[in-house]
Amino acid sequence: MLKFDKVSKIYADNSIALADVSFSVAGGEFISVVGHSGAGKTTLMKMILAEEHPSEGEVLFENVNIHKLRRDRIPEFRRRIGTVFQDFRLLPNKTAYENVAFAMEAAGKPDELIQTDVPEVLELVGLVDKMWNFPGQLSGGEQQRVAIARAIINQPDMLVADEPTGNLDPVNTFDVVQILKKINDLGTTVFLATHNKGVIDFLGKRVITMEKGKIIRDDPTGKYVL
Amino acid sequence: MTTQPVSTFYKMQNFLTGIRRVAKQGFVTFWRAGVVSFTGVFVSTVTLFIIGAVIIANAFLGATLTELEGKVDVNVYFVTTAAEEDIMILKGKLEALPEVAYVEYVNREDALARFIERNKGDADITLAIDEIGENPLGAVLNIKAHEPKQYLSIVSYLETQTENVLAAGNQSIVDEVNYADNQEIIDRLSALTTSARELGIFVSLIVIAMSALVTASTVRLAIYNSRQEISVMRLVGANNSYIRGPFVIEGVMYGFVAAILSAAILYPATLWVTKTTEGVFGGINVVQYYVANLGQILIILLLSGIVLGMFSSYLAVRRYLKA
Repeated sequence: MLKFDKVSKIYADNSIALADVSFSVAGGEFISVVGHSGAGKTTLMKMILAEEHPSEGEVLFENVNIHKLRRDRIPEFRRRIGTVFQDFRLLPNKTAYENVAFAMEAAGKPDELIQTDVPEVLELVGLVDKMWNFPGQLSGGEQQRVAIARAIINQPDMLVADEPTGNLDPVNTFDVVQILKKINDLGTTVFLATHNKGVIDFLGKRVITMEKGKIIRDDPTGKYVL
Repeated sequence: MTTQPVSTFYKMQNFLTGIRRVAKQGFVTFWRAGVVSFTGVFVSTVTLFIIGAVIIANAFLGATLTELEGKVDVNVYFVTTAAEEDIMILKGKLEALPEVAYVEYVNREDALARFIERNKGDADITLAIDEIGENPLGAVLNIKAHEPKQYLSIVSYLETQTENVLAAGNQSIVDEVNYADNQEIIDRLSALTTSARELGIFVSLIVIAMSALVTASTVRLAIYNSRQEISVMRLVGANNSYIRGPFVIEGVMYGFVAAILSAAILYPATLWVTKTTEGVFGGINVVQYYVANLGQILIILLLSGIVLGMFSSYLAVRRYLKA
């Protein structure tokens, strides 16, 4: 489904973010990437979202080179990938419901579908009762759950989560990981970048370990080793 | 990436849905953004108020200048013995000149009546008139030109003509042309009005440009605040026009609300100006002018406000939409 083929990223100041990275992800996999800050995890994520372009090599999503897509095709492509970030990135002037609905509206989905799907997804993340709250009225864990709901509302092929538990306490971390697992169980590929040893050990799924822009380990049922 | 064929009807429906959603989001965000919207509206209101004030000030200046110009004329005084038909011939010739706006004939009796009226309070003059017994005043032609600088050519025409129009005894029927006395005033006035009009336009343009820039920068700041939101919208898969739309609607709202507000504020402002300048200017009544032209002024304010808001928003968002 996703394939990195000898991808390197060298920034203008000659700092190397990724060096000759190759791996592939099969549909339905739950894959975690671990590594210290600056190991290249975020660059990797940005490349999947066509936010960054590789200096060398190519990134294929379902056999299409992401970075050769025409600019006006990129929004459509991004709708096939859900994204979750450490800092939630909700739209502050929209309620939980509207934040989730925005992703559907942007994709041009019909109103009837939005009205039935949004509460369903919020139900899945356990936030139906806070549907009309603004992000400022929600706790960190709740905000992240809204962000996850938004990420999966368009039934993406893949969910990319960049340290989604980085700002959360252990209880909320556990909740979020449970939700990610549930999403994976329902068939969506999940691509998770994390620092959290507990999360990796709990998942017991494939782990890629990165250091200085390189993949140093790729374990099918990995542990957090650094 | 598979593309399924879509019917035109479906595309059209999608397009309309998009517009409806963009408009709704624009209105809702405008309402919820609170302080940001308030600032946008406030600054736009100041800009539009200035534009409105400039329009009214220009009208006021124009009317004052026109009135000043109107006060200037050339008077041809005839000798008391001048025959009315000779005067009428001269009047006809003058009226045929392209420079002449109109010529007023005041016969001897009217001239006297006006003189008495003008000096009603002065007992000596009234007495003197009674003393003389007969009408000492000759008939007068009051000539008005279209523009102050045209008087010179009218006067030189008069000089060539009056020599031909002679009364009995080979004496010119014209006693005096008072242009020479007025000449300096007329010259100054025509120079003054021309430069005043030019200056008015120049200052207006600068003031309008400056305030428009202030509005544009404010909108830019407001959108700078939303740059993170814009990046989130992009990541969620919204296309550029879908992201830009609500911001442009917000810009339109700033302009719309500001136009109404500034039009409302202009009314007491014109009242105040009229009150404080009462008796100082001979110009138009500013309130009357404002009320009479309210429709036109409001349209100008609405259009400039909406265009300004739209354009500022459009440009400001564009910066954050570049991939």
